[in-house]
Amino acid sequence: MKPTDTTHPDYFHKVVDCQWACPAHTDVPNYIRLIAQGRFSDAYMLNRESNVFPGILGRVCDRPCEPACRRGRVEAKPVAICRLKRVASDYRDDITARLPKAAARKNGKKIALIGAGCASLTVANDLLPLGYDVTIFEQLDATGGLMRTNIPQFRLPPKILDEEIGYILDMGARLELGHRIDSLREMLESGGFDAIFVGTGAPRGKELNLPGRNETQNIHIGIDWLESVAFEHTESIGEKVLIIGVGNTAMDCCRTSLRLGANNVKVMARKPRGFFKASDWELEDAEEENVEIVVNHSPKEFVIENGRLTGMKFDVMEYNIDANGRIDRGTAVDEVTLPCDDVILAIGQENAFPWIERDIGIEFDEWDCPVVDETTMMCTRDGVFFGGDSAFGPKNIIWAVAHGHEAAISIHKYCHGEDLYDRLPHGMNLSTQKMGIHEWSFSNDYDPAERRLMPHVDLKERFKKLDIEVELGFTAEQTLQEVERCLNCDVQTVFTSNLCIECDACIDVCPVNCLTITENGDEQDLRQRLSAPAENLEQDLYVSEGLPQTGRVMVKDEDLCVHCSLCAERCPTGAWDMQKSTLLIPYARDEANRDRRRKAAAG
Amino acid sequence: MSYIAKPKVTHPKLKKNELGLTVRDYEGTVSTLCAGCGHDSITAAIIQAVFELGMEPHKLAKMSGIGCSSKTPAYFVSQSHGFNSVHGRMASVTTGANAANRDLTYIGVSGDGDSLSIGMGQFAHVIRRNLNMCYIIENNGVYGLTKGQYSASADVGSKAKKGPANRQMPIDPISTAIGLGATYIARSFSGDKQQLVPLIKGALTHRGFALLDVISPCVTFNDHEGSTKSYAHTRKHFHHVIDADFIHPKEEIVAAYNEGEAMPVELHDGSKIVFRKLNEDYDPTSRSAAFAFLRDSENAGEIITGLLYIDEEMGDMHHLSGSVDEPLSKIPYETLNPGAATLSKLMDRYR
Ligand SMILES: Cc1cc2nc3c(=O)[nH]c(=O)nc-3n(C[C@H](O)[C@H](O)[C@H](O)COP(=O)(O)OP(=O)(O)OC[C@H]3O[C@@H](n4cnc5c(N)ncnc54)[C@H](O)[C@@H]3O)c2cc1C
Ligand SMILES: Cc1ncc(C[n+]2csc(CCOP(=O)(O)OP(=O)(O)O)c2C)c(N)n1
Ligand code: SF4
Ligand code: SF4
Ligand code: SF4
Ligand SMILES: [Mg+2]
Repeated sequence: MKPTDTTHPDYFHKVVDCQWACPAHTDVPNYIRLIAQGRFSDAYMLNRESNVFPGILGRVCDRPCEPACRRGRVEAKPVAICRLKRVASDYRDDITARLPKAAARKNGKKIALIGAGCASLTVANDLLPLGYDVTIFEQLDATGGLMRTNIPQFRLPPKILDEEIGYILDMGARLELGHRIDSLREMLESGGFDAIFVGTGAPRGKELNLPGRNETQNIHIGIDWLESVAFEHTESIGEKVLIIGVGNTAMDCCRTSLRLGANNVKVMARKPRGFFKASDWELEDAEEENVEIVVNHSPKEFVIENGRLTGMKFDVMEYNIDANGRIDRGTAVDEVTLPCDDVILAIGQENAFPWIERDIGIEFDEWDCPVVDETTMMCTRDGVFFGGDSAFGPKNIIWAVAHGHEAAISIHKYCHGEDLYDRLPHGMNLSTQKMGIHEWSFSNDYDPAERRLMPHVDLKERFKKLDIEVELGFTAEQTLQEVERCLNCDVQTVFTSNLCIECDACIDVCPVNCLTITENGDEQDLRQRLSAPAENLEQDLYVSEGLPQTGRVMVKDEDLCVHCSLCAERCPTGAWDMQKSTLLIPYARDEANRDRRRKAAAG
Repeated sequence: MSYIAKPKVTHPKLKKNELGLTVRDYEGTVSTLCAGCGHDSITAAIIQAVFELGMEPHKLAKMSGIGCSSKTPAYFVSQSHGFNSVHGRMASVTTGANAANRDLTYIGVSGDGDSLSIGMGQFAHVIRRNLNMCYIIENNGVYGLTKGQYSASADVGSKAKKGPANRQMPIDPISTAIGLGATYIARSFSGDKQQLVPLIKGALTHRGFALLDVISPCVTFNDHEGSTKSYAHTRKHFHHVIDADFIHPKEEIVAAYNEGEAMPVELHDGSKIVFRKLNEDYDPTSRSAAFAFLRDSENAGEIITGLLYIDEEMGDMHHLSGSVDEPLSKIPYETLNPGAATLSKLMDRYR
């Protein structure tokens, strides 16, 4: 293999599994260390920089970082990254003075944001400090999008939403509530905006057209039903409820039902466990509340008797799962009818853009979704940008935030007549963490503690009201233990080939067999010849230049390194060093600074 | 020395040996030697060898004298027996221990100072008795522990960090051992585990005295330019004469060898050592040939390594003195010491 090019920021970034997996590249290990030092406000601000909504995300983030976390490969469970984010939010002081501020002078550019969900709010957050005149159009009477209308209050209290959305709106965004945009053409032609951002989400819940569907009022579309609960238009439901589908929407529907009077709630899954869309933790939380999850039942028919919904008919399925874990379409082996008073359909969402004319230069694909550039977030009509669920279909909050940041950069460039693709690249700073001969600036010892469990409100207590937040947040003691589980993956092992005398000290001391000195070879061959076979192909090998004495190479398998620093401590020549990598992510304000520097240079 | 202990966390796919132990189960406490010391690599090789042999920790006895090298038994197999004796006395303490309990496997770790200066007499006599033990000299050409004085293995012309070059003739433990009649003689290098681990396994299994002279650079006092025991010098001049593969009785000989190049020798417990000769003329079963070859290559400035001599036939100390099979430590006191009356009867036979 060729020597690894560690000058490319992606190499060390990828070692920080959580940050790499986070769509907004939140600097997880750094905020965990700040929490460990009791610097909760600093941890909050660091989070806010990339993910804008730490209090919200600390509760309900889809947390792609956690399945990626290295700790989960070394030991059974990942670091409770999301819970620690909430710690930063829960224990912070008043940070309002540290928030970005609207520019003193407007730059004369007018931007329209359609929809007041997290995607639009992120764009507003990035553009207001640069002097843009930002107007948010929202069809409902409240901000927040699905975060407010669909994520139940027992998971996400409105107070938290109001606070973090307030931080953005307070910078002076113009808010047009109850203002639905019905024609994009009209806005383009007479709105007077320099750029338009579409953050309208994926608003349509999927239908299930089976016999009986239209003969009763007791079949509900999940996302619409949750919205009507959120706005208190719906205040009760029948005793026996069937939820169709087993994604995250289903989990919110079943738990909400329990709080509105249902006492027998079944979530009906077509497939067996392991093929559910819901996250494990959402499933766990629902099952803790005694929701029954019924597998291998495929919906067939709504049973209506005398104009009343009395039950639902299902095919009982059997499936074959092949050696690669793929499941076939299954065969029906039986049929059952389950009694019920209400059915909630939670089988997915779709995009819908009835208000965007099809002859205004915006191309739509075969699924009737706009064609959007993944780098610039611009559609095929210049000056119109998309982000969040509206861009590539339903995802989650953190993706919407990531889109928002990129769209803000593009909007800034577009308004200044710059090439949207000439974006500042990611940067990387490295700094040694050596403090003394065997002292490091971070907690390098491996703490074998197991993952802390989130304390919950008592089962009886929590159903009394719809808005009792179930999760209590970590205590100080739990926080103290959980922070020590983080492996500090951003403190990189950095190798300097020409210093190595091939004494093997690092190789012998490494507790998890990461290191090998061997003859070079191609990657496949090398992966088999290491101290321990490097079977996780998603994790890179760090290969050195030829070593001075024998010409062999030092190879590190990044997979399981616990960043204990022992290699660097035992190295007599300092060939290994522990250096903290800080990823530099450019935002719209960095692009604006570059413009300023360019102008200054041009005199 | 590190402030933290090596974390107990392990690679999830770590291999287990026939006892169900992983290599990590054979570790000792954290080394307090200088970072990069060759001795630490030898420790790692010992751990690997005893793990691969599937040895029960409580059947191992670690013996040593004084020196950095002699400290290392603390760094491997924590759950075995150990004796850290006075300077140069490891050989006689081991002789006593072995006399009392022949059932243990003895691994002695010594230094060039510990063995070739103060302990030279002991070294000669333990060979003469063909004591059943694995005797490792961690050879760095200096007294490491006392801050780098030339030892008896320092080569003529070798330079210390400061002061004049060494003028006295070195004592070579290998040719000394050949001359004294040792029955398993090997040389290796701390930086070459591929060669070292099978040599240690062979030495631990061999019945009789097994000497391993392992060049082990002292990073602090003897790894500079002008030293003949540095990493760089050793790498430049060492030659594999014979590589030896150690094959457990349960394993099959899988590697293919060219006729004439390979030479299997069976050990007493049924395991085999397969010699892979890299030099066709070399005969590891001939004491005089080995001696001559050693002299020639020494004159040519080469450090020859590998299993240089083996004799599986000669009996060990217990065999030579006709002692009982049962370890003396397990024989009841009354049997072992039948009393003054029996003793005087016995003495009468010599009057
Ligand atoms: C039940 C449920 C639970 C979820 N739970 C989670 C979770 O726990 N964690 C997570 O990360 N994600 C979750 N999600 C997904 C997440 O809510 C969305 O991915 C995210 O809200 C998308 O943000 P957005 O800004 O793109 O759009 P949205 O949040 O959908 O906001 C769009 C806004 O645009 C408005 N709008 C639409 N059309 C117009 C128009 N023509 N004119 C004016 N305004 C308009 C809408 O009223 C809405 O306020 C969940 C989704 C559902 C349905
Ligand atoms: C009887 C006695 N004499 C002298 C010493 C001082 N002394 C301690 S270690 C040592 C030499 C160690 O050299 P070596 O055996 O090569 O070990 P190394 O430290 O090089 O591994 C000496 C002379 C001593 N401890 N005891
Ligand atoms: S151990 Fe810490 S730094 Fe590493 S992936 Fe997990 S959370 Fe991120
Ligand atoms: S920091 Fe070094 S010694 Fe520790 S696990 Fe990583 S590679 Fe191994
Ligand atoms: S400890 Fe340092 S000098 Fe020794 S092999 Fe490792 S990197 Fe090379
Ligand atoms: Mg010495």
